[in-house]
Amino acid sequence: MSKIKDNLLIIIAGLAVGIASVVLVAFGNPGNMGFCIACFIRDIAGGVKLHTAPVVQYVRPEVIGIVLGSMIMALIGGEFKAKGGSAPVSRFVLGFCVMVGALMFLGCPLRMVIRLGGGDGNAIIGLVGFVAGVGVGTVFLNKGFTFKRSYNVPTIEGFALPAINIGLLVLLLAFPALLAFSTEAPGSKHAPIAMALIIGLVIGALAQKSRLCMAGGIRDAFMLKDFHLLWGFVAIFAAVLVGNLITGKFTFSFADQPVAYNALADGNFIWAFLGMFLVGVASILLGGCPLRQLVLAGAGSSDSALAVLGMTVGAAFCHNFGLASSGKGTTLNGKIAVIVCLVVTFIIGAANCRKVEE
Amino acid sequence: MTEIDARGYACPQPVIMTKKAVEKNGAPLKVLVDDKTPLENVTRFAKNAGFKVTHKDLPDGEYEIIIE
Repeated sequence: MSKIKDNLLIIIAGLAVGIASVVLVAFGNPGNMGFCIACFIRDIAGGVKLHTAPVVQYVRPEVIGIVLGSMIMALIGGEFKAKGGSAPVSRFVLGFCVMVGALMFLGCPLRMVIRLGGGDGNAIIGLVGFVAGVGVGTVFLNKGFTFKRSYNVPTIEGFALPAINIGLLVLLLAFPALLAFSTEAPGSKHAPIAMALIIGLVIGALAQKSRLCMAGGIRDAFMLKDFHLLWGFVAIFAAVLVGNLITGKFTFSFADQPVAYNALADGNFIWAFLGMFLVGVASILLGGCPLRQLVLAGAGSSDSALAVLGMTVGAAFCHNFGLASSGKGTTLNGKIAVIVCLVVTFIIGAANCRKVEE
Repeated sequence: MTEIDARGYACPQPVIMTKKAVEKNGAPLKVLVDDKTPLENVTRFAKNAGFKVTHKDLPDGEYEIIIE
């Protein structure tokens, strides 16, 4: 019983994310995309015209809500701390790499779990790649990988990413004519703004308090035999699965899944695997999955804010240079980019391994 | 007592530093952290490893964790 009590908050957070995801899809979000931090940041990059792919442009209120919900919860709990200066540019680059991997697979680790709960068999291949990537990431950790210490930075620095998100919200609500909005395909599918924002706020607050992290769960299980964070992962899957069964949205198949390509066709399984493998390694080096980076940035980490900005720029590159996959399949440019980003990620990992004297 | 200064390190580094120190020197051990997340994580790790864990609040949101 004490196990359940110790893990209650993370289980509640996981269930809330799972339920929210099913609800958001029922109210308009794309299929199996109640949440996808990578896809939503990509949509925001399109919404502010950093790229002009017409099918993925929309300033997603969920992301704004998650950052601000985390900030509010951290302020209430006395946990808001403006800190930074721990390898900022490496974090920016890793954020970029995470996005290249996620858009090869078509989903961040959170959407991978949500896709699994919707019966998308391709996500099993993604999961295998992600677990392998996290495994390699933990090898780096065991070899002494660490970014150096962060330090206190001016308070305004810690509020920078929340402020950017408030700015995005103002644009979305008051000056939508300045933004781009998809009229077709995934970018055009969305739940009402108020609903998406409020759900984002709640999830951001819960994720901040519970430390929910898709990468951290598998990492801790590997490294420390600590299954605490993994409970969140399992709770999300369970809630999405049950929610999809109730709403009749569960279909197990590899072909014709929403916003996904058939990984069994055209050798795509290698790339679904490698995409999430890249996300796994880079997330471990960053210290958390894309969701966790948003939450930490909301709580004052300018290091995580840099990772989020790296993801945003990465998303713009993915669509400006034809790297991102689509329902039709993967692209040659994307495959090259994944290989390059894997090399870059391994160089950053190896360059920051040091012998620990303690 | 061995002292680990894990202030400024993001998780999971404080836990890894604690784990390595425990494996090398055993308890008792003093760990300094500057955030609630490493406080929770180091405490959970040490408790799971069978140690007695207490902590003291320091100024500026820092914590001193004693592992025995």
